[in-house]
Amino acid sequence: MKFDLETVLFFSLAVLAVGSAIMMITRRSPISSALFLILNFFTVSGLYLLLKAQFIAIIQVLVYMGAIMVLFLFVIMLLNLHDEGKLKEKYTYRKLTAVLLSIFLFCLLGFTVYFGFEGKFKVMSEKALTMGTAESLGVELFSNYSFPFELASFLLLAAIVGAVVLAKKKFE
Amino acid sequence: MSDSLVNLIIILSKIAVVQGVLLTAVAYSVYAERRVSAFIQNRIGPNRVGPAGLLQPIVDAVKLLLKEDIVPANANKFIHSLAPSISIIVSLSTFAVIPFGDTITIGDKVIKLQIADVNIGILYFLAMTSLGVYGVTLSGWSSNNKYSLLGGLRSSAQMISYELSMGLAVLAIILMNGSLELDTIVNSQAGWKWNIILQPVGFIIFLVSAFAETNRTPFDLPEAEQELVGGYHTEYSSMKFALFFLAEYANVIVSSAMITTLYLGGWQFPYLQDFGLPPMLVSILQIFTFTAKVTFLVLFFIWVRWTVPRFRYDQLMNLGWKVMLPLGIANLVVTAIVILFMKS
Repeated sequence: MKFDLETVLFFSLAVLAVGSAIMMITRRSPISSALFLILNFFTVSGLYLLLKAQFIAIIQVLVYMGAIMVLFLFVIMLLNLHDEGKLKEKYTYRKLTAVLLSIFLFCLLGFTVYFGFEGKFKVMSEKALTMGTAESLGVELFSNYSFPFELASFLLLAAIVGAVVLAKKKFE
Repeated sequence: MSDSLVNLIIILSKIAVVQGVLLTAVAYSVYAERRVSAFIQNRIGPNRVGPAGLLQPIVDAVKLLLKEDIVPANANKFIHSLAPSISIIVSLSTFAVIPFGDTITIGDKVIKLQIADVNIGILYFLAMTSLGVYGVTLSGWSSNNKYSLLGGLRSSAQMISYELSMGLAVLAIILMNGSLELDTIVNSQAGWKWNIILQPVGFIIFLVSAFAETNRTPFDLPEAEQELVGGYHTEYSSMKFALFFLAEYANVIVSSAMITTLYLGGWQFPYLQDFGLPPMLVSILQIFTFTAKVTFLVLFFIWVRWTVPRFRYDQLMNLGWKVMLPLGIANLVVTAIVILFMKS
């Protein structure tokens, strides 16, 4: 393994991503959790940049950090939760089993990825280098993947209409 | 000296110069605001420190640094200090993608007058402005004060609402140029083909949204004194308050630079290349053109602040969602149809 800038960046971002994810699920205060989730999104966006996927990286910042998480924070602040710190977790057999099973799943996935892909994909292919730009992504979306793309837009439209209908019912 | 080292030095010096100029400009736009407001209200304004009060920003900075830094009781100390830093970092780093000139040739090196020439420049700008909400929201929440919280929430609602119409106005520009690069957009506005002439409706939408995004009057509801004391920065003092203050003016300057780049031809001076001037002079004149346009827009921001009264909150939301958004969509559709007909 060579220690160039990219490797250093990758490992610092990866450590930050995993660390912030762990911090997010272990914090008591919802605001801290939300802030760690934002940090996590930021590091993941950095990882996308390292993979030369600039468009996805910036969309990650724009949509997840700039819009969705703002609404999350908004809701948490309006609810004004203060009692989270007093909640106590009970440790039951069910939870213990869940923890053990998730560790097993993690090991399984880790081994599969490690041994399945070892030695392959060391060099980035020519196509992957240009794939991440907005232009090539647009071409792919509107030619090869136009049907799933339109389907997704229908789903989003239905969700928007649904939200408006639900909100209207409450006020009438 | 190796080539990569030279490039590193060039990039670092570009960052240093741009940030230095930007911060100085921020300090002096505060001074300009005070002088212009005094002129509009028939007062004199700060004129004691230095000739015509020109050293006032330095005195202000020293005063703010020496004030006591108060953190309210039961406030979340970490987030309370984090919020102003987010505000200032976001507004200063937005300038990275704005081209302030074409190229300048020093020795045999051709230097691009833009810190980062990324091919998603516009998206970077939109992403950064959307991150600016955090500074305001978090400061409002962490102050442990009802006025601050209300100011923070108002501001986030306002910024999210106007981001949409701003994005739609920008989309029309992207459609016309077929590129997300700010450099290409400036280059396509050579001569008198400025986007303000080709996209007048888009320009108005972007301008209004920029006012709303920077929390300036008539959209300064987050800090409406009569209702909210000082809004989201009620509980801030000393340098933390100064950071919010700097961030506001940095946002004004960055927005002006962005409006210049997208609609007023950026650094383009019409037909400057045809005069047969030496290339060095052309580069410098282009930087001056850019600076002049930005200065004009900053003065416009100040002028509007002291002329137009503040909106009511429902008026603000109605304007954003019922006027600006449909207008933005209509503008986009019309632009798309015109481009379709011109191509076929």
